[in-house]
Amino acid sequence: MNSNKNWIDQRFPLTKVWNEHLAEYYTPRNFNFWYFFGSLAMLVLVIQIVTGIFLTMHFKPDAIHAFASVEYIMRDVNWGWLIRYLHSTGASAFFVVIYLHIHRSLLYGSYKTPRELIWILGMVLYIALMAEAFMGYVLPWGQMSYWGAQVIISLFGSVPIFGPEILTFILGDYAVGDPVLNRFFSLHVIALPLILVILVFLHIVALHTVGSNNPDGIEIKKNKNKEGIPKDGVPFHPYYSVKDIVGVVVFLMIFSAVVFFAPAMNGYFLESSNFIEANPLQTPNHIAPLWYLTPFYSVLRAIPPMFGSQFPGVVGMFASLLILIALPWLDRSKVKSIRYRSLPYKIALGIFVISFIVLGYLGMQPVTPINALLARVFTFTYFGFFILMPWFTSIGKTKSLPIRVTE
Amino acid sequence: MSEQEIDLKKRRFLTSATSVVGAIGVGFVSVPFLSSWMPSARAKAAGAPIDVNISKLDNGQLVRVLWRKKPVWIFKRDKKTIENLITLNSILTDPNSNEISQQPKYAKNPYRSINPNVAVIIGICTHLGCSPTYRPEIGASDLGGKSWKGGFYCPCHGSKFDLAGRVYTDVPAPTNLVIPPYHFVADSLIRIGIDPKA
Repeated sequence: MNSNKNWIDQRFPLTKVWNEHLAEYYTPRNFNFWYFFGSLAMLVLVIQIVTGIFLTMHFKPDAIHAFASVEYIMRDVNWGWLIRYLHSTGASAFFVVIYLHIHRSLLYGSYKTPRELIWILGMVLYIALMAEAFMGYVLPWGQMSYWGAQVIISLFGSVPIFGPEILTFILGDYAVGDPVLNRFFSLHVIALPLILVILVFLHIVALHTVGSNNPDGIEIKKNKNKEGIPKDGVPFHPYYSVKDIVGVVVFLMIFSAVVFFAPAMNGYFLESSNFIEANPLQTPNHIAPLWYLTPFYSVLRAIPPMFGSQFPGVVGMFASLLILIALPWLDRSKVKSIRYRSLPYKIALGIFVISFIVLGYLGMQPVTPINALLARVFTFTYFGFFILMPWFTSIGKTKSLPIRVTE
Repeated sequence: MSEQEIDLKKRRFLTSATSVVGAIGVGFVSVPFLSSWMPSARAKAAGAPIDVNISKLDNGQLVRVLWRKKPVWIFKRDKKTIENLITLNSILTDPNSNEISQQPKYAKNPYRSINPNVAVIIGICTHLGCSPTYRPEIGASDLGGKSWKGGFYCPCHGSKFDLAGRVYTDVPAPTNLVIPPYHFVADSLIRIGIDPKA
């Protein structure tokens, strides 16, 4: 056993990697509930990759056969229904986990110095994940796949001057059709997953370089014992590997319950119109993106056309995503954690979370005058959180930080 | 935390118990994934028995039909051909069809068929899966001249079979060609894929 390990260690830094990232990677001992979601996100990524590999074996990326091949998976392939529902539920679970993971960063200021790069990589991951999910939703070639693709791709057509050329380039045709399905398939099963895996790797390498933040938002590396080990740190393995397994078990219980009892989640995870094959001659009566994209869709709809162009709305939508990247530089507060933040920040974060949820809800609803007004109000508060952040993070009284992490 | 003594025995038990439960879980979860590679309901439906009408088939004539995506040969043998089969026994590997996996019980006879006149054989070489060519002409010069009484020749690696699908000695193929389950629904209607009713 030991000689085998030596043989490998002379040729590959196995023990070194194991120690640096697990056995001797010191993590703050005060992690709470919010710290489950990083490892859960990786678990969901693995679920998506494995189920995706098996779905690809039976799916046909062809406008004529795609819809039927999904039905074939559901009815004829042994356990195909389970593999597909694991994948479709996994997509929504991914965003549930990622939204909670991002919320954790907002609560405890995990994006602040020295973790800006982890945050940026995480935001790029988030955007790549949205692209991945959107393209995956096009593949079953149902009515929602088709018209969703139509709407989202049309956004690029609103770009001034080059719009029509960009549109034709993406479509490879005069309308959404076989070329789009085929290229989205390629991007969904190989290009984006590859990018996601590389970004996850970089995200973790960056994290392990600076070390984890914690609910107190203080640096455990500032307080080391004689051996150079943070006094408030515990080795990731076995302490957090074991704790994360508990999180995994609870997560899988909830996840399985959804897969087996409510895989369509009443139209939130799989929309009913998508059980009808794509029909270029008829748009479904009500069309909305899946729940995890709706906050940004709301921003898109909230901004009215200007100068006879839909482009401002498109810019607003992408701005609402990209502005997140600037967060580390907008936040001027000296403390990281919500526990020691000033009251104005707590109020602002509360308004931001409410805005995001309300925008998400409105994005699923048909446009009515009152909904349109609400969407505009909450689009203002959404952007207000970022634009006013330098101000409200520098006012108000913050609590004094403890020297050691609290229980 | 550090004041308490670490109970290594308990720790080892918990680690292995968790690992075992995890491994069993992975085992169960892998079943649907592995099972999804087995023939789907559609593939099974496409593998249903097929009927072949041979009323228009002449002696020496061979038809190839697809059953479960494999070529099945059906051909008629005249009296002379049937008599020739016995004379080949000495140069065949398994003249009496003792290898039970290669044919159903009712085809374990000198003709390897239900009706000596009608041969039904899966046309896949038992060496590496090519489909041998039908060479019925007696005395074909490229196949041993006078000793060739008609049969099948595999172009991939040179295996030879007689007109009952029995393999010659000294060729790469180890066993006789496979006889599929089949029976006569009527005098000239063969159903391939189902054994005759006992």
